[in-house]
Amino acid sequence: MAVLLLAEVTDGELALDATAKAVTAAAKLGEVTALCCGASAASAGEAAAKIAGVTRVLVAEDESLGHRLAESTAALIVSLADDYEHIVAPATTDAKNVMPRVAALLDAMVISDVSGIVDGNTFERPIYAGNAIQTVRSTDAKKIVTIRTSTFDAAGDGGTAPIDTISAVANPGLSEWVEDKLAASDRPELTSAGVVVSGGRGVGSEEDFKLIEALADALGAAIGASRAAVDSGYAPNDWQVGQTGKVVAPALYIAVGISGAIQHLAGMKDSKIIVAINKDEDAPIFQIADYGLVADLFAAVPELTERLK
Amino acid sequence: MKVLVAVKRVIDYNVKARVKSDGSGVDLANVKMSMNPFDEIAVEQAIRMKEAGTVDEVVAVSIGVKQAQETLRTALAMGADRAILVVAADDVHQDIEPLAVAKILKAVVDQEQPGLVLAGKQAIDNDMNATGQMLSALLGWSQGTFASEVAVDGDHAVITREVDGGLQTIKVKMPSIITVDLRLNEPRYASLPNIMKAKKKPMDEKTAADYGVDVTPRLEIIGTAEPAARKAGEIVGSVDELVAKLKEAGAV
Amino acid sequence: MDFAPTEEQVAIFDMAYEFGQKHIAPFAAKWEKQETIPKDLWPKVAELGLGGVYVSDDYGGSGLSRLDATMVFEALSMACPSVASMLSIHNMCGGMIDKFGSEETKQKWLPQLCSMEKIFSYCLTEPGSGSDAAALRTRADRTDTGYKLNGNKAFISGGSYSDVYLTMVRTGDVGPRGISAVLVEDGTPGLSFGALEQKMGWRAQPTSQVQFDDCEIPAENLMGEEGRGFTYAMAGLDGGRLNIAASALGGAQFALNTALQYTGERKAFGKTIDQFQALQFRLAAMEIKLQAARVFLRQAAWKLDEKAYDSVKYCAMAKAFVTDVSFEVANDALQLHGGYGYLADYGIEKIVRDLRVHQILEGTNEIMHLIVSRQMIADRG
Repeated sequence: MAVLLLAEVTDGELALDATAKAVTAAAKLGEVTALCCGASAASAGEAAAKIAGVTRVLVAEDESLGHRLAESTAALIVSLADDYEHIVAPATTDAKNVMPRVAALLDAMVISDVSGIVDGNTFERPIYAGNAIQTVRSTDAKKIVTIRTSTFDAAGDGGTAPIDTISAVANPGLSEWVEDKLAASDRPELTSAGVVVSGGRGVGSEEDFKLIEALADALGAAIGASRAAVDSGYAPNDWQVGQTGKVVAPALYIAVGISGAIQHLAGMKDSKIIVAINKDEDAPIFQIADYGLVADLFAAVPELTERLK
Repeated sequence: MKVLVAVKRVIDYNVKARVKSDGSGVDLANVKMSMNPFDEIAVEQAIRMKEAGTVDEVVAVSIGVKQAQETLRTALAMGADRAILVVAADDVHQDIEPLAVAKILKAVVDQEQPGLVLAGKQAIDNDMNATGQMLSALLGWSQGTFASEVAVDGDHAVITREVDGGLQTIKVKMPSIITVDLRLNEPRYASLPNIMKAKKKPMDEKTAADYGVDVTPRLEIIGTAEPAARKAGEIVGSVDELVAKLKEAGAV
Repeated sequence: MDFAPTEEQVAIFDMAYEFGQKHIAPFAAKWEKQETIPKDLWPKVAELGLGGVYVSDDYGGSGLSRLDATMVFEALSMACPSVASMLSIHNMCGGMIDKFGSEETKQKWLPQLCSMEKIFSYCLTEPGSGSDAAALRTRADRTDTGYKLNGNKAFISGGSYSDVYLTMVRTGDVGPRGISAVLVEDGTPGLSFGALEQKMGWRAQPTSQVQFDDCEIPAENLMGEEGRGFTYAMAGLDGGRLNIAASALGGAQFALNTALQYTGERKAFGKTIDQFQALQFRLAAMEIKLQAARVFLRQAAWKLDEKAYDSVKYCAMAKAFVTDVSFEVANDALQLHGGYGYLADYGIEKIVRDLRVHQILEGTNEIMHLIVSRQMIADRG
């Protein structure tokens, strides 16, 4: 059966990575028609046509579709829904705004943040902030699904899908866009950052903490420090991660020159992926690290920074 | 203006969810339950609007098991004026899906005629992030999701929304459904006198049948499992290998 | 017979716990070092109705029962027993004024007490009279306009920090009937304070001697009736003992929670230490002690609320039992932490230091035993 994929279009351009990952998931369900809509969406449509696995592209351009306002975007999708059994989108904030609205208008349940596709009706999704994975089977005729992109690989390029232009539906006129503000590029706050790079006493001096800062900047990460580093004056107090400092649980935690005293572990052990770089191969930090690199940090950290820039 | 605030009783955010050994769901028996943290922020927003004079009545609604009356009591203690409990399940393990919740809320809205509905952006149990959007669709009202700032001014509201990569500001027509994000406010604690007063505030008890809503789930739960256990760590030989592993894991 | 807390009691406990975890616990170590509690904490406390827990709502209080209050202080103490106890003393003063003060006295003092614009301390103990409080010697001699105070009070929590001192003074002859209760405001000429005491625990609360040298107060500062002060003091102590016990219980529960967590994380000999049976036994023993203490404490509080004839005995029994087992549990929690428990980082050694004094003040646990046995013997006839 056919799948309608709401492509992620931002200011007229396709967000390729998120869309291509959702295509991988959607292709498991049937032939994928990608819908690109916005105030301008033609260029996004062309980009979407090149994604392998996309068999058709629909482009809808209208002022009312700019900035992905939920009411007009949902109305457009509903007007197309008859031809599709699945309506799918990458689980971005834009799609999460739109897709439940689509589902309700079609009298179906939305299936949010799908991390695995078992069959056309059966999906896996994380619940309780990822503390459990639930498998659900939909009894609805139409399945409205958002895809957790981090669990699917992006589809490749090489597609040559035909592009059709369609018109928008009447603007319900319920909301209008005022402005967008992109997040400032300053370092994120330590406790809410998705990535944290922390330095320990092994860094050796306040001056050498610049190595940690450079790596953090390359990753858009917050900076942390062990208590030993703070006590030695290498890093300010409010960077301290651990029992007496901040407790963090980022998606990626990189511990550099940190031995892994239990006080420190208490502050970061719930991080999703832990990387440890330390020259002492017996350092306790390696016992909890997903990836350990036994190396001199003064060589390894600049190299890593260069690779991740 | 009257505000309706939808609140959900969920596992306390400090409690770690544990999957039942038979895989039927997360164990909620003998677990501390509280108001969904996002809904607390919605209640706080409603009370602040009342304190500012833009709202004259705050009605809290909860849909679920009978014990959700404790959650409503919390909303009343924070400052809501009255509460409506809609009993739609007997077993604490039965989650009422957002679609059914939205249908019941629509019926409540039809009766109560509020000028604004506030709710949390998602519940921390099923993480669906759907009820507000669905209610908005059923009512044909505007929606402002993931709000970090809300200013209601007569027939419209200006809402700043937390979206991927930053903030978006939109202007919506009233009446509207607004779902709130973490940074909108810091909810107050209920004071001792207000906790004592809450038990005297009115709480209506209804059932899903009273509103003619069928709450049969559309999604059948096949199974619930623990997430894949943390893989044993490995020592990598070089920066190159480390970068490759991180890319493979989707971490960079 | 019902052992379950009511919905309101659960809400009260949760509120006090959440508030403590957010506004007290993160700063407990710092305040201990600074030997004071920042005064800007108190308006936040008062806003939640915690400034006048027993005071009726006519004067801005919350009108809670003693049983409700044990939940407040247990929950707050899970953040810091020293801060919770300081608040409990302020509330004990509020409870006494609400119960025994004249209408004028209540109108004058209770609103500021409930809003915590004024912090109250309680002055009974003297350098030469502790357990035998009725032997107190601080004099209050009649003057044309009121009283002139002379004497010293010792171990006063909030000494030099508080705004009002509810003080037991001798207005008459030797013995309990010669004692009256008066209110002395900070800044009154003749009121002065000794140096801050260096203490084992409760270090966040400033504690000092309170000294009166020809300290003149107006007649209206007499609290209740002349000559009834000792009765008031003893009545206030029943509730005070419950709160001291509740605060000990909260501190011990925090220590046990922390130890339970730690033993599941700390590894030795290749497994987490909670897998060793000796430690499992110890964890169970700690849990048994605290659960028994909690039921006993709440029963005693209920007796006091019900004005049961044996409530004094029950408050004394609960105070002695709860504070003893709480100290034992805190000390065991330290032991389970090994060397780390002895370091300040985990907050356990602080609890041990804080809880030690709960066995001493508000009547030593030895005095509690005396109260119990005297009542037993009296009942036997």
